[in-house]
Amino acid sequence: MSRVLLIEDHHTVREGLRIALTRQGHAVDAVDSGERGLAHLSSAPADVVVLDLMLPGMDGFEVCRRIRASQDLPIIMLTARDDDMDVVAGLEAGADDYVVKPVQARVLEARIRAVLRRGNARAAEPAAVEKHADLSIDRAALVVRKGGEPVGLAPTELRLLLELSATPGRVHSRQQLLEAVWDQGYLGDSRLVDACVQRLRAKIEDDTTAPVYVQTVRGFGYRFGPL
Amino acid sequence: MTAWTLGLRGRLLLAFAVLGLTTTALVAGVSYGQARTVILQKAQDAAVVSLVDQAARVLPLRELPPSQDQLDAIAQNLGEGPDPAVVAYRGRTASSSDLSLDEIPAELRGEVTGGRVVWQRVTMGGGPWLAIGTQLMTERPDGGTEPTGIEVYRMHALGDEQRSIDQLAALAWSTGSASLVLAVLLALLAARGVLRPVRELGRAARRLGEGDLRTRATVRGTDELAGVAQIFNQTAERLERQVGELRRMEADARRFVADVSHELRTPLAAMTAVTDVLDEESARLPGDAGKAARLVSQETQNLAQLVEDLIEISRFDAGTAALSLDDLDVGAAVRATLRSRGWTDQVETELPDGIVARLDPRRLDVIVANMVGNALRHGAAPVTVRLRAPAGWVEVTVADHGSGLPPDVLARAFDRFYKADTARSRSDGAGLGLAIALANARLHGGSLVAGNRSPQGAVFTLRLPSGGGA
Repeated sequence: MSRVLLIEDHHTVREGLRIALTRQGHAVDAVDSGERGLAHLSSAPADVVVLDLMLPGMDGFEVCRRIRASQDLPIIMLTARDDDMDVVAGLEAGADDYVVKPVQARVLEARIRAVLRRGNARAAEPAAVEKHADLSIDRAALVVRKGGEPVGLAPTELRLLLELSATPGRVHSRQQLLEAVWDQGYLGDSRLVDACVQRLRAKIEDDTTAPVYVQTVRGFGYRFGPL
Repeated sequence: MTAWTLGLRGRLLLAFAVLGLTTTALVAGVSYGQARTVILQKAQDAAVVSLVDQAARVLPLRELPPSQDQLDAIAQNLGEGPDPAVVAYRGRTASSSDLSLDEIPAELRGEVTGGRVVWQRVTMGGGPWLAIGTQLMTERPDGGTEPTGIEVYRMHALGDEQRSIDQLAALAWSTGSASLVLAVLLALLAARGVLRPVRELGRAARRLGEGDLRTRATVRGTDELAGVAQIFNQTAERLERQVGELRRMEADARRFVADVSHELRTPLAAMTAVTDVLDEESARLPGDAGKAARLVSQETQNLAQLVEDLIEISRFDAGTAALSLDDLDVGAAVRATLRSRGWTDQVETELPDGIVARLDPRRLDVIVANMVGNALRHGAAPVTVRLRAPAGWVEVTVADHGSGLPPDVLARAFDRFYKADTARSRSDGAGLGLAIALANARLHGGSLVAGNRSPQGAVFTLRLPSGGGA
């Protein structure tokens, strides 16, 4: 069971999603505005936030940024298909994933499960703590340190880093990353990967314009290193 | 070849040339003829009068018949000037020079023998001459005169007159030529004056036909062509207004569809969220209630799909659809599409690995899903999905083994809400699926074509540029 904070202004949509998610076994707190959502988070913890982008008052992007500023919990945006710019802006604001409205309960449930999935199901981990130059990755404790200081990574960012760093030097296509990190194969949106890489770089790279840990291989995808 | 095939310029030139030539020929010809007659008449009259006067002065003869000396004297007397003379009397002749009686035409001599004064134009030594003949008269005792039988002839050269006439003719020719040249120049000028506005009108009409409805012709002056240009402009203005009105109406209609679709989305989002609840509960609901719940759930999903399709097609109509390209293993992507819809066991596939193309994954999914879904609904098993990679392209064909598509359906297969089979219920029809698939293919710079294959069955062929063309 996980605690879901649902921020959605339309009463019937909120109620429908609340019913559906509750039936899936989640503890759902549903609020109708970004302000109330932030207030709720400050008093009661949640495992995941389902956030409508179109909100009265403080919009979804701002809510997303504010949550990201203080917490590393996964955020799933509710968006409309024809709001492509919203998707990009939402991902840049720090959302981990998005679903297109109208959404069926089982689709949303699958996305929630994907963002909540902890760690990687790799059988053989080379070592509990890996050192990559300044960066140390503790796969058991799921802690990343840079120069000894812990780095606050959102779950998706952490999973992306774990996935890439498990095979240093190997190129991962966006599809492979979508499948491994987001549980969405070829039908996923590769912008999820790009946005997440940008956020990850902002936290672990010294110079985001010349990344060394997460490198772009033009036309193919991303790879970890070589350092 | 008629004047109609000459074109306006040719006809104008021809008309002006004919007019110029006719006028010049008429004026010059008449003047030339008149002048020639006057000149010759004058010379002729003078020569005749001069011979008659001189002949009169030879009188009186003392006796008849005259001696040869007398005949010689008469000939010398009459032939003193530049005009040679010859005298004849009953077979005897006398000449002032080497002029012989043979040069005098026989009919002239006949007339002279009859006692008349006559003249005739002859050619002698290559030049024009006037031959004048008369008889010498003698005075009768009663004061009258009678012919003596002495014929005198004199030749008068018409060289000067001929030269004057030749000059006249030359003048007529040169005047005629000049006026012809002038006529042609005038014709060219007139043709240009007429043809330029005609050409401009033609250009304007062509631009209008090509769809530039703001085209207007330049109106110059107040002539007939200016009138035509004005009418053209009025017509173009009306056309522009009407087309603008139609476009506005069409845009309004499309916006309305888009707005309605968006409005429908919120209630649908709420309904869709709980369809799974309905599906799960329907099994436990008794009889009709369960059926009703399943029906509501199913139709909610159909409605949601329809609204999404409407919104999607509105974006194509509004031109706001954009590609989000990625390097894809196309075979794997097609397999994912089939898998996600539970079609893997219903279709035969030929999807080689390693065919990579730069495509929009979501749109490829939409296209392939519509192609396969259409074949499964309307065609007959087995449905085959085949992937090939001709140079620079990826090609996905979806074929079924049904009866194929009749020509009228082939032509309209991609129309919105087109129903091949009118007996089929609306919710079962293709709706917008193939129209959206086609729009997505075109957005990639590719194509989607419906056809029939031998021996039977319909085949839909999707071709997309592998390098992310559009």
